[in-house]
Amino acid sequence: MLIKTKSNILSSEITDRAVFESRREFIKTATALSAGFMLPSPGQAATGKYADAPVGPYSAKLQVTDREDVANYTNYYEFSTNKTDSTVLAKALKTAPWTVEVTGEVEKPGVYNLEDILKDNPVQERIYRFRCVEAWSMVVPWIGFPLGDMLKRFKPTSKAKFVEFTTLNNPEIMVGQRSGVLDWPYVEGLRIDEAMHPLTMMVTGMYGDELPNQNGAPLRLIVPWKYGFKSIKAIVKIRFTETMPETAWHKSAPGEYGFYANVNPEVPHPRWSQSRERVLGGSIFTPKRETEKFNGYGEEVAALYSGMDLKQYF
Amino acid sequence: MSLGKKSWAAIKIIVFLLSLTPFALLVNDGLNDQLGANPIETLHFGFGDWALRFLCIGLALTPIKTITGQGWPIRFRRMMGLFAFFYASLHLLVFIVLDLSLSWEAFKDEVPKSPYILMGLLTYLLLVPLAATSTQKMQKRLGRSWIKLHRLVYAAGLTALVHYFWLVKKDYTEPLIYAVAISILLGMRIIVYCKRTAKLFSL
Repeated sequence: MLIKTKSNILSSEITDRAVFESRREFIKTATALSAGFMLPSPGQAATGKYADAPVGPYSAKLQVTDREDVANYTNYYEFSTNKTDSTVLAKALKTAPWTVEVTGEVEKPGVYNLEDILKDNPVQERIYRFRCVEAWSMVVPWIGFPLGDMLKRFKPTSKAKFVEFTTLNNPEIMVGQRSGVLDWPYVEGLRIDEAMHPLTMMVTGMYGDELPNQNGAPLRLIVPWKYGFKSIKAIVKIRFTETMPETAWHKSAPGEYGFYANVNPEVPHPRWSQSRERVLGGSIFTPKRETEKFNGYGEEVAALYSGMDLKQYF
Repeated sequence: MSLGKKSWAAIKIIVFLLSLTPFALLVNDGLNDQLGANPIETLHFGFGDWALRFLCIGLALTPIKTITGQGWPIRFRRMMGLFAFFYASLHLLVFIVLDLSLSWEAFKDEVPKSPYILMGLLTYLLLVPLAATSTQKMQKRLGRSWIKLHRLVYAAGLTALVHYFWLVKKDYTEPLIYAVAISILLGMRIIVYCKRTAKLFSL
């Protein structure tokens, strides 16, 4: 029989009382840290600039893509044709101060400070599907406001049938603009009724925080029922026109990219099918998703195109 | 280079392991969740790139022999060709198993709409008989027709290029690099061929 009369525990093994008593604090900190690092939580970040943005209309309860995926898989040819290189290269862009020039068929043209635009247009969060023409998609909690609300303040005239948007042109910073891969600056456009549609957003943030540069900071467009290339980034100019604007991708390959660019599984790209999309963030064994007409926003926007042959006006 | 049998065997093992490295790195990235936002695309493009690179390396060996006058490059021709086939097989496998999720429905819809996929499949079909007849036994059995059959690799080089050009959205930099490489490698063969026929006529 073995009876120990003396304690085996060395005094050095006994936890200091102060440390012992702070154990709850330690656990709390550790949990908060691991949550912060490991789970880039979908939806709003608790500490972001727009953490308190209210949820706006049309926001869908969808499984949100990881922020890291959205922030590191961007088509931003102004910086690079590589989807991850743009993350690093876009850091060089200075997004403040920022102005937007408003011209064309409006009563109140001028150069507007982004700060003033943001003062007039309170932001909200909307979770939208984002479908690229390259047949991949993600679900992003955007922070922004309806484009129509902003445009109405400039008082478009009756001649304003289209709205044209232009991206910053600065080859010194936007190193991709030194190559002729597209005709710079990037230009996109919408028909005025598309621009005024309540689904169309001007976006300044995502995931409850400011927009990362590579995602189009400080001001980008989001048109959820159209292919991603319509959703132009780093906007410096808005022009109201009577005629349909010539847009960057259409100019580069008119047979492949139309002005409308509505998501449509029935109209394949000349070189690939548009019937399915790879939803980012799934397992490698997750099958692709069947693409929905107008990216699932048909109920809201199909009427804009009634009577139009969408195969012709792709 | 006059090396012994053992030295060549050792060098071959090293080259073999080096050629497997891209595969090992991609698999390792996959296991560690390091393939980025679109892992299937990363694997698919990664394997495709390496198939094309090994095709170029394989096509470079005969010209290197011609220029240096040394026979050693030919020792690696089969291995490089088989690695091109290995990476092309993985490229195709990722497409069928992961991208299409083995769905015949998806295959029927997506493949005919994509000329570049059809061109990729054609390239693979050109490589299959070459891999199948790559053994020494087959080489001996087929004799002269083996040489003729294996000229299909020139066609595969060209169809692989077309496959690449047709899939690119806008930035042609990378396929252009391969186009230059393959043009030089095939061009050198044309020059050699022309010189030979010229000699024949002058005799």
